[in-house]
Amino acid sequence: MSLIEVSDLRKVYKLGDIDVNALVDVSTSIEKGEFVAIMGPSGSGKSTFMNVLGCLDQPTGGRYLLEGTDVGRLNRDELAGIRNKKIGFVFQGFNLLSRTSAVENVELPLLYDGLSARERTERARRALKSVGLEGREDHNPNQLSGGQQQRVAIARALVNNAPIILADEPTGNLDTKTSVEIMDLFVKLNDEANITIILVTHEPDIATFSKRTIKFLDGKIMSDERKKG
Amino acid sequence: MVNIPSTIKISFRALRVNKMRSALTMLGIIIGVGAVIAMLAVGTGASRKIAEQISSMGSNLLIILPGSTTSGGVRMGAGTQPTLSMDDAEAILRESPAVAEVAPVLNGVAQVVYSHQNWSTGIIGTTPSMLTVRDWPLSAGRSFTDQDVKSATKVCLLGQTVVDNLFGDMNPVGQVVRIKMIPFTVVGVLAVKGQSAMGQDQDDTIYVPVTTAQKKLFGTSFPGMVRIIMVKARSTEDLGPAEKEINELLRQRHHIGQKQENDFTVRNLTQIMQTAEQSTKVMTLLLGAIASVSLLVGGIGIMNIMLVSVTERTREIGIRMAVGAKTWDIRLQFIIEALTLSLIGGIAGIVLGVSGSKILSALAGWATVVSPLSIVLAFGFSGLVGIFFGFYPAYKASLLNPIDALRFE
Repeated sequence: MSLIEVSDLRKVYKLGDIDVNALVDVSTSIEKGEFVAIMGPSGSGKSTFMNVLGCLDQPTGGRYLLEGTDVGRLNRDELAGIRNKKIGFVFQGFNLLSRTSAVENVELPLLYDGLSARERTERARRALKSVGLEGREDHNPNQLSGGQQQRVAIARALVNNAPIILADEPTGNLDTKTSVEIMDLFVKLNDEANITIILVTHEPDIATFSKRTIKFLDGKIMSDERKKG
Repeated sequence: MVNIPSTIKISFRALRVNKMRSALTMLGIIIGVGAVIAMLAVGTGASRKIAEQISSMGSNLLIILPGSTTSGGVRMGAGTQPTLSMDDAEAILRESPAVAEVAPVLNGVAQVVYSHQNWSTGIIGTTPSMLTVRDWPLSAGRSFTDQDVKSATKVCLLGQTVVDNLFGDMNPVGQVVRIKMIPFTVVGVLAVKGQSAMGQDQDDTIYVPVTTAQKKLFGTSFPGMVRIIMVKARSTEDLGPAEKEINELLRQRHHIGQKQENDFTVRNLTQIMQTAEQSTKVMTLLLGAIASVSLLVGGIGIMNIMLVSVTERTREIGIRMAVGAKTWDIRLQFIIEALTLSLIGGIAGIVLGVSGSKILSALAGWATVVSPLSIVLAFGFSGLVGIFFGFYPAYKASLLNPIDALRFE
């Protein structure tokens, strides 16, 4: 059984009178422990695909099995549970709560999992330490650099031991040096913790960190290549 | 399953993080609640004061004044002709079933002397029934009796103002004062009654038996004549019948023909006061209406701030949903936030309203009464507005796809 299995996935947006086909009959599967880069020009459907995989958006048609569960049959709150326990998100714009300390941001998924305050803080501090932010726990996002903010977001994605991390242009707002540091962190998480990482990017340099590259164009998968070795 | 304690924690944290916005939202509630409570307190206070004045005058009161004299075609105004007598008063009590008590009055102003103090005050010659007619108890001593009236005894009852001016702290009962140089024994002191509706000091007075007043103080050429007759009807409903019965009886007794005018006037003071009471009730309603408008405007303010502050947090809602917040986690967070703001703002508003009305009554001298109903009304309304408009945008946001909430600008 694959970790992720999608078949004939379709997504249609209505923009006024025009129907925009963001995803057209996409079928693929992703195994546990893979590091996949999803590439394509803007409007190719790569972000839509990512949002559907992350249960942030609903497909118009097709089937999505996550660890064998048909996600299309779940209600809003069950989907929230999946996002909470199975998936960690890293966004281009970080999406941290402003005026809220790093440790409190990282605690957020645990809060909705109903953990006690002490356990939450302990795990959040451990997660921040693992991304190299020891000593910055009580800083607010606006007191941190872009790279540090993205590390906080990664710590938040890790804190509930989710098996999958979905990263949407995680280096889009960062300079090259910081981008490499963040990518090294993803590689380390993939190698050492066997976390499945799915990464959306339009930069070929970033895609080289991955083991598999799926290219999208006009809502369809154009190519699917695995790195040899 | 929604985790209530951690949701409460999330709400409190959110309120703390957005201190300025929380304070502004609360300010809207504070002003709304405070204004309504203070406004209604002023209105209620005014109408209660009028009601107190009515009851201090004596309830169900009719006053009969003698008619006017006509001299050479010039009519001189009510009370200029001595037409009322002690016999009229007794006849009214005897023959009018709607009348409970009657007190004839012969009054005047005289200088009163005790020891080396002296004081000018109104002297009222009357019968013991006066105390019943005016619902006026004694604070010390006893009343004079019908026997005192019959034998024109030289006894008197003093109002508190007279006592204060002549005796200071001394007990006046049993002492002898001189009214127009004639010695009177003080047998009792009238309880404090305060100002009348017209602002007169009702305690600046002395009661003496009406016969004594006629014979010794204000002697006239008409024996048995009185200045006015005060009548107490059996009930408010009896005021009308009593007025009619007295009119008929006095016309008959004074031999007034079909086409002649009355030589007396019956005044229904209670009715006049009730009209005044009515008008303050209208004023209270008016103040209440103005206050309701301010409450409404305050409510719209609360609504605005709530709508804006929750709508601008749509992205925050998106982030929370992305990391696993369920529908009711989101809704409950905003309900608790709104509830907390309303409660704290409402309580502060009550404090502001109550202390505001206290300050008003201290500075402007207005009587204010804070009614529990106004507190419940103001608090409840602004609370509901705050909760509804805090919850509604959050409710809408909680139904969005997480990605739409995240992308919300």
